[in-house]
Amino acid sequence: MNNIYKAFENGKAFIPFITCGDPTLEITKQAVIEMEKAGADLIELGIPFSDPTAEGPVIQEANIRALKNKVTTDDVFKMVKELRKTVKIPMVFMTYANVIFSYGAEDFMKKCKEVGIDGMILPDIPFEEKEEFNQMCKKYDLALISMIAPTSEERIGMIAKEANGFVYCVSSLGVTGVRSNITTDVGAMVKKVKEQKDIPCAVGFGISTPEQAKKMAQHADGVIVGSAIVKLCAVHGKKAPIEIGKYVKEMKDAILPVQG
Amino acid sequence: MSKGRFGIHGGQYIPETLMNAMLELEEAYNRYKNDPEFNKELQEMYNEYAGRPSRLYYAERMTKDLGGAKIYLKREDLNHTGSHKINNVIGQMLLAKRMGKTRVIAETGAGQHGVATATVAAMMGMECEVYMGKEDCERQALNVYRMRLLGAKVHPVDSGTATLKDAVSETFREWTARIEDTHYVLGSVMGPYPFPEIVRDFQSVISKEIKEQMLEKEGRLPDTVIACVGGGSNAIGAFYNFIEDKEVRLIGCEAAGRGIDTFETAATLNTGKVGIFHGMKSYFCQDEYGQIAPVYSISAGLDYPGIGPEHAYLHDIGRAEYVAVTDDEAVEAFEYLSRIEGIIPAIESAHAVAHAMKIAKDMKKDEIIVINISGRGDKDCAAIARYRGENLYE
Repeated sequence: MNNIYKAFENGKAFIPFITCGDPTLEITKQAVIEMEKAGADLIELGIPFSDPTAEGPVIQEANIRALKNKVTTDDVFKMVKELRKTVKIPMVFMTYANVIFSYGAEDFMKKCKEVGIDGMILPDIPFEEKEEFNQMCKKYDLALISMIAPTSEERIGMIAKEANGFVYCVSSLGVTGVRSNITTDVGAMVKKVKEQKDIPCAVGFGISTPEQAKKMAQHADGVIVGSAIVKLCAVHGKKAPIEIGKYVKEMKDAILPVQG
Repeated sequence: MSKGRFGIHGGQYIPETLMNAMLELEEAYNRYKNDPEFNKELQEMYNEYAGRPSRLYYAERMTKDLGGAKIYLKREDLNHTGSHKINNVIGQMLLAKRMGKTRVIAETGAGQHGVATATVAAMMGMECEVYMGKEDCERQALNVYRMRLLGAKVHPVDSGTATLKDAVSETFREWTARIEDTHYVLGSVMGPYPFPEIVRDFQSVISKEIKEQMLEKEGRLPDTVIACVGGGSNAIGAFYNFIEDKEVRLIGCEAAGRGIDTFETAATLNTGKVGIFHGMKSYFCQDEYGQIAPVYSISAGLDYPGIGPEHAYLHDIGRAEYVAVTDDEAVEAFEYLSRIEGIIPAIESAHAVAHAMKIAKDMKKDEIIVINISGRGDKDCAAIARYRGENLYE
C-alpha cells in the first residue's frame, strides 16, 4: 500500500503545489523542506510542460520559467531523490500525459518508485483514458489520482469506484488560478464520492485564503493550493521558501481545527 | 482502448471538466448525422450560402506548361469566406443550434476558420469569440478586421509561441470555464473524439464532389489527389472518399518552413514522433522530454506542431504519403499559379501546388492530378510581398 493515506491522518490535509524548477530546482527543494516543516501533509510537484492546457496564467508562466532554465524530467527525478533523504510526507507528481508518454510510461513509473514518488495527477487523462497509465502505476505501487469536476455529475460514481489515493475535487469550472468566489456545491460532490468508496477527497482550484480553505475543509478531507504558492515563487524568487513556509503554516493552522 | 481511435491514434485526452461536453456532442452528432431534416438544412446551406458545389477546374495552361499529368484544381477557394473551412463550420453550427447553444468559440491560425465561424455566427445570430495567436493577428491583420466586422470578438493570445497551438490551448481553456451555453467549433480534424470524425464528415463533401465531377469530366477516378496538411481538415476532406480506392494516390503536403533539417519547420510527420497533446494521440513535433516544439512556417494555417489522428493512421498504414514543402517552394507556387492560371491560392494551398509542380512533369499525359485549392490567397498578399522584400500599405 502506498503512503498517500498518511496525508489524511493529521486532521484536514493541506496539499500545496509547486512547479519544479521555478525559479530553480534548488529553490524548489528548499520550498518543499519548508512546506513539510510548516505542516504540509502531501506535496504536489509539477513537472514543467510547454503547453499546460489546464492551467491559468500564473502556473503557465511558472512552467515557462522552469523550461527556460532547461529543467528536464530527469533533473526533477534527481531533485526528488535528494529530497527523499529527509522529507517524510507523501509526494505526488502533477504533469501532462505527453511528459510521461515521451519518457515511456513504464520507465517513468519505475523511476518514480525508485526516487520515492507516491502518485500521479494527470489533468489531461480522464477516466476513459486512464488504463494506459494506470497499469504501470499499479505495477509500481503508485496512485493515479482521479479528478472530478463540477460538470462530472453522474460520472462521479464510476470515477470514485476506481479511484486510488485520494479524489481530487475540482472546485470550479475553468483552469487553475485564484478565485474570489467558489460557488460549486463541493459538499454534494464529496458526498457522491463517499457513497461509492471510502476514500479521502481533497478540493482544489481557486483556493488562496485561509477563509476559503476553512470553508472548503468543512466539506472535504483536504485542501489543495497551487497558484497562490506559485505566485510567491514569482514574487520572492530566492526568498520564496521562507515566505511559502509562512503561508503554508497559516493555511494549515486555519484548516486543522475544522471538523466534519 | 477508448473510443474514437484510428489505429493507435485519437482518443479523448482532456480534463474531466470537458468530458460530459464531449459525450453530449457525440450523442448529438450520432442523433443528427443521419437525420433527413438536419441533412436537408446542411445541404441547403452548402448550396445557397456557401456556394457549393465548388468547381473542379481543368488547369490547361499549367498542364501544358509542366508537360506531364493533366491537372485539375478543386476550387474550395471559391466558397463563401474563401476557404474550405466553411464546410465544417456550417455543419458544427447547425449541430450547436440543435444542442441549444447560443455562443460559439473558435481558434484560428491564418484566420480563415475564425472568419468562417464569425460569418456563420452572424448569419445564425449567435455570439462568437475567436482566439488567435498574437503573432498571427499581426500576420493576418485583414482577417482580424473581417472577424470584427462580422460581429465577433477576437482575443489575441500571447502565451507560448503566440501562434495556432496556443490559440487552440486557450480556446480549450475558455471552454472549460463556460460550457453550458457554449460550443467550441474546432476547425480541424484534430482534438479529442468526436471532433476528428465530425470535422472529417463535414469536410468529406470535398472528395464526394471531386469523385462525381471527375467521373463526369473524365469518366474515371484521378490518379493522384494532393492537399496541404496542417491539422489536416482540407486534406482529409479531399482524401476521404478515395481511401477505399487503392489506385488513387493520396499526398499530403506538410509545411517544411525553412527545411526539415532545421528547427524552423512544422512538418509533423516528417520530423515528429508519437505523443499526446490537444486531446489526441498522434504525431507531434517535440523534444526528447515531450516538450512541444515551437514550430515555424510562413503559412499561419500550417504552423501547428501536430496533425489529425486519422492522417497519423493513414501515414502508419502507408495509405497516404506525406511530403514536406518549404517556404521558398510554396511562395514560388503561389506566384506561379497566380500568373499561369489567374488564381491566387492561399499560401497554405500553395504548398500542395508546389508538390504537384514537382511530380506532374514526370507523370504521363493521360494521368490526372487533383490539387485541392483549400483557400484563396488575398489574405497572404501583404506577407508574400514582404517575403519578397516589398512593403505594402494595407
